[in-house]
Amino acid sequence: MQSEYDIVVVGGGPAGSVAARFASQMNVSVALFEKDGEIGIPVRCAEATSDMDLARLIEVKREWIANYITKARLFAPSGDFVEIHLPSRGIILHRRLFDSGLAEEAAKQGVAVFTKAFVSHVEFNSDLPVVTVNYCGESRQVRAKIVIAADGVESRVGRWAGIRTQTALKDIESCAQSLLGNIEVQLESIDFYFSSRWAPGGYAWVFPKGERVANVGLGVNCAKPLAKPPVALLNDFIEYQFPQGARLSTVAGGVPVAQALKQLVADNLLIVGDAARQANPVTGGGILAAVTAGKIAGQVAGEAIRCGNYQRNFLKKYQQEWIRTVGKDYARFYLLKEWMTSLTDQDLNDIANSLKKLSLEEINLLTVFRVALVNHPRLLFHALKLFASYS
Amino acid sequence: MIKVDLERCDLCGTCVAVCPPDCIELREHILYIVEELCTECGACVLVCPMQALQNLPAGEK
Ligand SMILES: Cc1cc2nc3c(=O)[nH]c(=O)nc-3n(C[C@H](O)[C@H](O)[C@H](O)COP(=O)(O)OP(=O)(O)OC[C@H]3O[C@@H](n4cnc5c(N)ncnc54)[C@H](O)[C@@H]3O)c2cc1C
Ligand code: SF4
Ligand code: SF4
Repeated sequence: MQSEYDIVVVGGGPAGSVAARFASQMNVSVALFEKDGEIGIPVRCAEATSDMDLARLIEVKREWIANYITKARLFAPSGDFVEIHLPSRGIILHRRLFDSGLAEEAAKQGVAVFTKAFVSHVEFNSDLPVVTVNYCGESRQVRAKIVIAADGVESRVGRWAGIRTQTALKDIESCAQSLLGNIEVQLESIDFYFSSRWAPGGYAWVFPKGERVANVGLGVNCAKPLAKPPVALLNDFIEYQFPQGARLSTVAGGVPVAQALKQLVADNLLIVGDAARQANPVTGGGILAAVTAGKIAGQVAGEAIRCGNYQRNFLKKYQQEWIRTVGKDYARFYLLKEWMTSLTDQDLNDIANSLKKLSLEEINLLTVFRVALVNHPRLLFHALKLFASYS
Repeated sequence: MIKVDLERCDLCGTCVAVCPPDCIELREHILYIVEELCTECGACVLVCPMQALQNLPAGEK
């Protein structure tokens, strides 16, 4: 480990590895610090994303893909479900292979990758940031011109630079998930269960990874105290849906369903991925956002080093490009999320009931929204109120 | 004071995301709460997926 790098990336998830790779391609020195002993483990993710969208940003390796998805089924509390054909094909990743593959790619481009490297502090008040990293139990100080914070939902790096990254309880989903074996799955379908019984203020999911195996989990909103924690709700859901399922893994996790940080950059700092609260607030999907932001941030940081300007006014290019490509849409999705979390079980049943009258070809997310509003004036009123309060 | 049950804790970091005074530190194998900074607001207790956190009256453990 050198005592100085042009760029230090904190966190070896998709956002960090992609940022490090694209920065390194600009011929600058880059180190990546990951606190865990192995990149890609543990997998705190249901692993669904779109290969077509990813392929616009990076090369997608076949071995990263566990399964292809063509439709989604949305289950109402009553058990009625609405089937939607996905506008573009979805995939279920092997995140373990995906994450380690992205880190390998970064290494190939010259990034110095370190695991068991926990960043305990970054001092931003000095001339250049000083990163304190505990590497295999030994504390070291590393200087950098630019730090990229890709340290996930548990991010603290931005706070050390004086940015408030704390997320409100209503803007985070508290999740538990198991990889279930020996269960019946519909290989081509991702299933969502909306019901206050399983997942108040969120949803439960079944995302098939292969024959008879799926990621089964749920995320709930904690703004109101829960009768049971997510891990216990998951036990109930699995007991009910898949009593014979084998629990091949169990993990906890948090998903930001928030507006991205207002401030994604500061002098000598860029914040990317879950650390920046960039996931899609409706679905909670953050893989694509992490890769998108990582790529833009890496390129801008590399360029900044070559121009010798590490100030906020230069790094701001990353924030502008993020807003233009994804951020603008996600800001709208945030309003949709606020509306969705306001629906009661009765509302959801009514919506599913109205949608039953439509043919499969007519149904997509937009029609779901439209039918919900047209057939249920009370919801329309609610939605209008919400949108008005934000405009 | 906030007490962590490390048998339940999965080290997922969700509590760190919400802690207002930023007094939770998550490492590879352990979670610390810096007691002097904790305001006992309870946000971490509410958000924890594993029910690994508890707010105990001082003196109990
Ligand atoms: C239960 C669950 C299900 C999900 N399902 C989906 C899904 O189906 N589809 C989807 O698109 N998204 C999903 N997500 C979201 C997705 O997993 C994240 O958005 C994505 O992993 C974000 O990538 P990232 O690189 O920003 O952060 P992460 O992947 O979290 O990586 C951050 C890394 O930083 C490291 N780190 C943190 N602090 C430090 C430190 N101080 N020093 C060194 N290293 C540090 C961590 O160990 C970690 O490896 C899900 C999330 C959860 C919790
Ligand atoms: S939210 Fe709960 S399980 Fe996750 S790190 Fe905090 S205490 Fe542990
Ligand atoms: S009680 Fe509040 S201040 Fe204390 S650790 Fe939990 S979230 Fe942080």
